[in-house]
This record gives sequence, structure tokens and C-alpha cells, in this order.
Amino acid sequence: MEDKNQKKGKPIKRRDFLKGFGGGAMGAAVAPKFLVQEKKTISTKEGNIPVYSKKKISLIVNGKKHTLSVKPRDTLLDVLREKLNLTGPKRICNHGECGGCTVLLDAQPVYSCMFLAVRADGQKITTVEGLAKGGNLHSIQKAFIEKDGYQCGFCTSGFIMSSLALLQRNKKPNLEEIKQAFSGNLCRCGNYFKIYDAVSEAAKKMRGA
Amino acid sequence: MNEFKLAQPQSVGQATSFLSQKPKGCHIMAGGTDLLGEMKNGIIDAEVVVDLKSLPELSFIKREQNKVRVGALTPVSELAENSFIQNEYSVLYEAALSLATPQLRNVGTVGGNLCQRPRCWYYRDSQILCLKKGGHKCFAFNGRNKYHAILGGGPCFIVYPSDLAPALISLGAEVIIASSKKEKKIPLEEFYVLPKENLLQENILQPGEMLKEIQFPLKGSGEKSTYHKLKERGTWDFALVSAAVNAQITNQSFKEIRIILGGVAPIPWRAKKAESVIKGNRITQSLLQQAAQEELRDAVPLTDNAYKTKLVQSIMSQAALSLVKT
Repeated sequence: MEDKNQKKGKPIKRRDFLKGFGGGAMGAAVAPKFLVQEKKTISTKEGNIPVYSKKKISLIVNGKKHTLSVKPRDTLLDVLREKLNLTGPKRICNHGECGGCTVLLDAQPVYSCMFLAVRADGQKITTVEGLAKGGNLHSIQKAFIEKDGYQCGFCTSGFIMSSLALLQRNKKPNLEEIKQAFSGNLCRCGNYFKIYDAVSEAAKKMRGA
Repeated sequence: MNEFKLAQPQSVGQATSFLSQKPKGCHIMAGGTDLLGEMKNGIIDAEVVVDLKSLPELSFIKREQNKVRVGALTPVSELAENSFIQNEYSVLYEAALSLATPQLRNVGTVGGNLCQRPRCWYYRDSQILCLKKGGHKCFAFNGRNKYHAILGGGPCFIVYPSDLAPALISLGAEVIIASSKKEKKIPLEEFYVLPKENLLQENILQPGEMLKEIQFPLKGSGEKSTYHKLKERGTWDFALVSAAVNAQITNQSFKEIRIILGGVAPIPWRAKKAESVIKGNRITQSLLQQAAQEELRDAVPLTDNAYKTKLVQSIMSQAALSLVKT
């Protein structure tokens, strides 16, 4: 049986489907009227200290500034996925062990699941969504496609972000340097050697070789 | 992870005076990579977290006339990428690079690494009330204890997981502890305590105190150091056994030597007995074997970890001999 949405040329995405049911509250959280800050001030001998239950923060994500209010326990990963709808960073282990949630925080790779969003206030964040420009994939993304740098693809956005961090610092990494740069990313399909090939290829492309 | 409040002091003074009020359920967050793990696992139920990230004054590496100063909030990656550290303190550079992953080293701090909690799987399981969490039993003692202590254990058998601690102790590092009263400076070696002295924590920090800075002397002439680490995976693993060795070598003998073992005891283990066997003698393989055996005389392996005694023997000679060859 053909789906109504598919007829209109709009396939249902899993995420849109889920949002239809439970996403209402998430959407509301970004609406400006809910941008509240809950703060108490504790006085000490050295002056007053703000103690937040909710804080208004700004994140510069993929070049765009977002102002939103977060609870201290919201991780950067939760905020990117649930509030900003950027689902490139994956929530896999949620314990800083797998690398699926890797994003760049001021050009350095970090696990967004082990970083509180409230502590990223004012910082620049790059997710995999920020790589393609004007419909053109980034050289790293092209290289991953050409060299089969993924199998199931679930870890790929994390690997791509670690690749970007590496290639921004080192234009011609050797195999050992590539392996070191990926020591914090796991691929359960075990596709490591093709991933290494993809990065070498990406490095070539980025050098214009 | 349960909800909590976040205090953001703007100076060390503010942080310590806030801590001196001993707020209930209060925890200090430096990089947060260990603390968040504990909170997510439900081992810690924090009411207030004191965020030290707002104190950039604690992130620095400074070379002074007769010492090096490292702020407690310095990310581990900055230590590993600092060319002065790379050139002068191999032991510290190798230890920094051996720990965790690029993502964790960018966030995790030097002070946080020195204050991290044990990795014992019974401790990390919120369903198990072990001695370290105020319970009445060490589950590792008669349980699965492959990664546990062979030296200094009892009644709890954790091993101290830090890689930087053995390296820094081998350099004779001291730490500065801040509180609302006055600062104190103590050798890093005396910062850690065995479970028989304090079951609930691994160091001497009192409520209201925080680790602020690490200092160590400039490298002496003829001083060489290295960090060797044995682990099950090629990268990103805690040490099964590690050895930080800092020595002064003259005429094929170790004039001075400090050996600190990781992964074998609830604290970074200064191998003093081995050091006294080695000191002043001509360096040979058999001398190093004898030194390791002397150190291991008091070792009490549990059911699954006797292999660590062999690792200690081989890593001690490997590390010490590597200093002679280079």
C-alpha cells in the first residue's frame, strides 16, 4: 500500500513521525516566551555567587547563534538533538565511551554527551550538519563515500568530526597519527581500515592534490 | 541523571568560601568527564555542582626560575601538547598522551585526573553497596578481581586509576590545596590515602578544600624519565600495571631513582624497596629483577590478578632499562 505522504513526494522520516507524537513540548522549549532563567544568589565572604536551576545561554552552532534556556543537567548532546534538531551527533553509549556524539567545541573534538550545555555558553560548536556548504559535501564526506568509510553508518558522523579535527591540525597525517586521532571513536562494524583510507583520501582532497 | 543546581563562582576565593559553607550534596566539577559518569551511573546524587570552568585563572602551564607550575584546571591535552613538557619531562608527556582519548583529554583536566574516582566495577554499579559507598563488604575480594590491587589493598581493593599521578610523583611534585582559610602545600605522594585509613575517599581533601595547582622542580642534569603502561587495548584503557621512572644516571648506575607503580594499589605506589635495591648499583637485568622481587615481597594477589606480579617485574625492568639505552 502506498503511503499518502510518499505520493506527495514527502517520505515520512522516523524523526518527523516521532515528533508528531512527542515533539510538541520540545518545540515549545525553544519558543522565546519560555526563555526563562532560574537563579538564586548565595552570598559569601568573597561576594555573591549565582546558582542556576535554569540558565539562558547562547550557542554558536555551525555559524548560527542560538539563544536558549537550559537546565544544568542538559548535556550538549541533548540540547543539540532535542532542542536544535541536529541529530548528526548520535546518542549511543551516553557515557563518553563510543565517540558517536563527537562534535567540535572551538575546533577541538569533545564528547557532547559528557559536556554540560550550560558550560558551552558562548562557544562555537560544529556538528556534522555544518560541513556541507551550499549543497556540496565536504571533502571528508566525499572521501568517506568514495572509500566506503562506513558500513551501518551509525558511528560515521563521529568519525567525520574526529577527522575534521585531525585534518585541521595536520594536513598530511600518517597512519599512526590517524589511528591516534580515532582512538576515541568506536566502529562496531569494524570498518577501521576503510575509515583510515577515507581520511588519507580526504587529506589529499583538502590539500588539493 | 537527576536534576541539580549549578554554582558558578567567579574566583578561587568565591569557590572556596562557597565550599566552606559545606552545602549539602555538593560536588566540584573541573572537566566533569568523571563526575558526569558517576552522576549518570547514579553513584552520586548531586544537589549542587560547583563549576570551576568559570575560573580561567586556574588553567596555565608556567615555567619559573626553579619550578614548573600547572593550574589544576589545565586540560590534559594542553599538557601533552606543551613543547617544554615534551622535551623536559618525558614521563609526564607519555603519561598524558597515554590516558583516555583526544575527546576526553580536551575536556578532562590535570587536577581532575589527580582527583578521579576508582574504576572498580562494583563501585561503579549503583546497585551494589560496597565498602567505598558506606556498605559492609568488598565485593571484589571474593568476586571478580582481575583489575584489582595486589599491594596495599584491604579492606577495599581498588586500584588508583590516574596516569598523571605516578608521573608527577616521580618528578617530586607538590600540590597546592586551597580553602577559605589558607592555602597549604603538600607533596603529591602524601595527597593519597589507603583504604585502611579512609574508605570513602582516596585523598586527604577535606570538605571546603579544593586542589588548585601542581608544582614540580626543573629537571636536574642527567635526569631522565619515562612512563610505561600495560593495557589490554592498544589505546584508551586504564593501566593493568604502569611504571613511572625518574632517574639520575651516572657511570652506568642509577645515582637517584624514583619508581611509582600504577594499577597495582589503591594509591600510586612508590616502590621504595625496589628503589633502595637499585640505587647506587651497576645497572643489570638481574639487579632490576631482584628489585622487583623485593618490592613484591608484600604483594597479596587475589583470585584473578596474580598476573600483575609478573607484569610489575617486566615493566619495572623495561622502563628502567629504556632510560639507559636512550
